[in-house]
Amino acid sequence: MPDLGEYAFAVLASYAASLVLVAGLVVLSLWQRARIKRALAAVEARQGRVDG
Amino acid sequence: MWKYANPKRFMEISSPAIPWAAGLTLVCLVVGLVWGFFFTPDDYKQGSTVKIIYLHVPSAMMAINTWVMMLAASLIWIVRRHHVSALAAKAAAPVGLTFTLVALVTGALWGQPMWGTWWAWEPRLTSFLILTLFYFGYIALWSAVEDPDTAADLTAILCLVGSVFALLSRYAVNFWNQGLHQGATLSLDAEENIADVFWYPLLVCIAGFVLLFVTLVLMRTRTEIRARRLQALLARERFA
Amino acid sequence: MRALLLRDLQLAIRSGGGFGLGLAFFFLLTVLVPLGVGPEGGTLGRIAPGILWVGALLACLLSLDRIFALDFEDGSLDLIATAPIPLEGAVAVKALAHWLVTGLPLTLVAPALAVLLSLPPAGYGWLVVSLLIGTPALSVIGAFGAALVVGVRRGGLLLSLLVLPLYVPTLIFGAEVVRRGAEGMALATPLALLAAISLGAAAVLPFAAAGALRVNLR
Repeated sequence: MPDLGEYAFAVLASYAASLVLVAGLVVLSLWQRARIKRALAAVEARQGRVDG
Repeated sequence: MWKYANPKRFMEISSPAIPWAAGLTLVCLVVGLVWGFFFTPDDYKQGSTVKIIYLHVPSAMMAINTWVMMLAASLIWIVRRHHVSALAAKAAAPVGLTFTLVALVTGALWGQPMWGTWWAWEPRLTSFLILTLFYFGYIALWSAVEDPDTAADLTAILCLVGSVFALLSRYAVNFWNQGLHQGATLSLDAEENIADVFWYPLLVCIAGFVLLFVTLVLMRTRTEIRARRLQALLARERFA
Repeated sequence: MRALLLRDLQLAIRSGGGFGLGLAFFFLLTVLVPLGVGPEGGTLGRIAPGILWVGALLACLLSLDRIFALDFEDGSLDLIATAPIPLEGAVAVKALAHWLVTGLPLTLVAPALAVLLSLPPAGYGWLVVSLLIGTPALSVIGAFGAALVVGVRRGGLLLSLLVLPLYVPTLIFGAEVVRRGAEGMALATPLALLAAISLGAAAVLPFAAAGALRVNLR
């Protein structure tokens, strides 16, 4: 770790906050993707059976 | 470019593209941030806080660029009615909002040692705060309107009008801040005369953020396309 | 179009809820702020321009959803849309009606409220001027917002979220005019910009609003 001196908190908090925000967005996007994929697959299976 | 407008075609083309985009994103971000954080000196004026530029500048740029992309996508939707365009704008909004928040938080933290307060109504930060509100409104309108095509139309109109007012606000906020105190507002514009030793890792970080935007928007647009198909299939079931 | 204007004015005044509510709210705010901030005249005088402008803004916001919602619900909006007058014109007329019933009364009452907030004497004239020029923008921008959310049930909060950011430039320049007027400084720039926003909004937003209405009436 480089010597951040008196500004250590500002710098580290910036990196931490940015990581949290971006990671949150990525996780949310992956979760939404998985949820929709699952739901779509379920409906398509159902309709596939109905349509024959 | 219009051949991507067909949802099926878009799904086919974006599918192999995403792993590449994601990989490149990771490489650029890791290289850029590690380089900037560990291997650059402190600034003689700002000390180690200069390391914050590797997050603040790219995110601020992308916060604006995302809105511009949404504006372009909204125009394409209004004029050419390509659904992928409308859905891409919808997908991009949370990404832009996140970038704006990162820019705000890093901006405030960067300013804290300089200004002595956790927040200062400095023109740049204030403009980003207002941009956050525009993003919130756009996302809220998509959620509030039930019919997808109506939502696409209304949010596109909002994006257009909002863009004009966002520009007006930027100018107004600059004007507003002049009159307040005579105290020097620290300019967070690190782009002016930035030394090479900072500039190169910054470039890599900017590239990383651009690629992050591309990866996330591609992925999220695909999810929106699937969601639209899901809604259509469910509607078919209801009325069958 | 005159018939539409008269109709809207009559509706607003008759139904009771619309007309006095904005003014009452404006008055309420003027009473609450000193209670929250402290009675010291100097402080109040300095923030009076901002308080009065924010108050006017919020008071305008209160009656915005009435512009189109009632007509949308009972089907009259469909009739208006298919009438011989252009929908853009109808929007402009409705915004005008809103201003006559909300913005204009606020402008006239503001000096009295400014007394409560210890606004310096030089500011009174500019207060009225800035509100007179700026509140039409609030009505037109508000009408645009109302057109966007007319199809959304309980859209009041969403309306505020959409419209308030759009109010920012008008607020900044309007309050700046009053502040500078109170201190005797040059105010041509914010005044001109305030007027430009009002004129620009009045010229362009009816088209955007009409577009949104057509989308919602499909």
